[in-house]
Amino acid sequence: MTAQVITITSGKGGVGKTTATANLSTALALDGARVVCIDGDIGLRNLDVIMGLENRVVYDIVDVIEGRCKLKQAMIRDKHLQNLYLIPAAQTRDKNAVSAADMIRVCDDLRAEADFVIIDSPAGIERGFRNAIAPADRVLVVTNPEVSAVRDADRVVGILEAEEKGAPALIINRLNPALVKNSDMLSAEDVLDLLGIRLIGIVPEDEAVIIGSNRGAPIASESKSRAGQAFRNIAKRLRGEDVPFMDLTPQSGLWNAIQRLARRK
Amino acid sequence: METTTSIVQIKGIRDGLLASFSDAAWEEQRAALKEQITERAAFFQGARLALDVGTQILKVNDLVDLRDWLSERSLVLWAVVSESPTTEKSAQLLGLATRISKPRPEEIRYEHDPAQDGAALFVSKTLRSGTRIEYPGAVVLVGDLNPGAEIIAEGSVVVWGRARGVIHAGAKGDRSAFVCALDLSASQLRIADQTSATLKAHKDPKPEIASINSDGKLQAEVWQPGETTIRK
Repeated sequence: MTAQVITITSGKGGVGKTTATANLSTALALDGARVVCIDGDIGLRNLDVIMGLENRVVYDIVDVIEGRCKLKQAMIRDKHLQNLYLIPAAQTRDKNAVSAADMIRVCDDLRAEADFVIIDSPAGIERGFRNAIAPADRVLVVTNPEVSAVRDADRVVGILEAEEKGAPALIINRLNPALVKNSDMLSAEDVLDLLGIRLIGIVPEDEAVIIGSNRGAPIASESKSRAGQAFRNIAKRLRGEDVPFMDLTPQSGLWNAIQRLARRK
Repeated sequence: METTTSIVQIKGIRDGLLASFSDAAWEEQRAALKEQITERAAFFQGARLALDVGTQILKVNDLVDLRDWLSERSLVLWAVVSESPTTEKSAQLLGLATRISKPRPEEIRYEHDPAQDGAALFVSKTLRSGTRIEYPGAVVLVGDLNPGAEIIAEGSVVVWGRARGVIHAGAKGDRSAFVCALDLSASQLRIADQTSATLKAHKDPKPEIASINSDGKLQAEVWQPGETTIRK
């Protein structure tokens, strides 16, 4: 078994890359997969905080790359899940401490150890982003149903195509069905229409996600949360399972169908 | 750390081959590079090689040695890319390039080919945000022009798809240039010196054609089969 390396990116900041990384890693690990997530945002590390592992960080990825520690020493085991590890970013260095070749090497070393390596990309399209996508077998682009986020996602998709990374899959994060219903927010269809890439999941807006992030307990482990369910579904799809998309409409199917007909006029 | 791959990575780029070095000891990496090349001497023969040496500090002698070694094996060293100013200076002294033109897919520039005079540039793909096409003639795009993408043409622009980015036709002042699209919702439309701001996104888009009318203003009208004529 060799691991699949998946990079999560977005272009725009603040759309939920890190949250998605933490939750997908958690969901995959809950499913029994061996998962290593890597914080690719050198100098602005967050993934450890969101996963509640901040106080366990001793070594980071730059230490691994510069040979100050072994790879295993930088892998922090999750508090609850035995098969989930985090390799944190360095807080005191910048992106120039890491090269694309370094990331490829680290991921290649991890391939034998894990089923999934999930890399949290920094925002932007500069070196940190390029480093994060270099080792990727698959790329997931996260966007919010907002014009600016979709614009940046489109740019990133263009770069990924040019880099011949294959077509990325799309996660639409923080969709608010009530706002969409009143046409106050882009719908999933609007976003897909523009980006024209495969959708792998829609995560509804949910306060519990923020609360979970602040507590260092990703929502994916909450069986009742709808956002958590959405992340678990994405994890299943990543493993090749065919999971139907959740019905996010606030009303029943019939009412929705009538509305859609009305809007088409 | 156990690595099965060599510490020096060689990959193909547009301008030949690129060998990337890490921060490990220079001697060791040079040996690794030589080993890789010796192993597949036939493959490397005649190749143009660029080095990305990262933060390695290299003197002229280091580079001369390597260059000579490479040329004995019919490889041409043409560029050394480095983050170290010392290394960069060494490379410059030897007349080596210190920048390799990275492929810039975001910007597609086409040279004007006089033999093709009057021929339009034909592009068949979705132009995503950040893409820019400049062409000294007419441009035909089969696919969408997404918001944030641009077409700058000296002639007319035809979009067989949704035009939602920026279009500038007649960029060098040709007021007879026109723009047509199946869905003309460009965020900015320019013909010669005339600009029209955001065109409303259409609920039910119809093919439209925009040109400069007899009052000298930019105007867009729905395409009517048989009726719409383009002034030349």
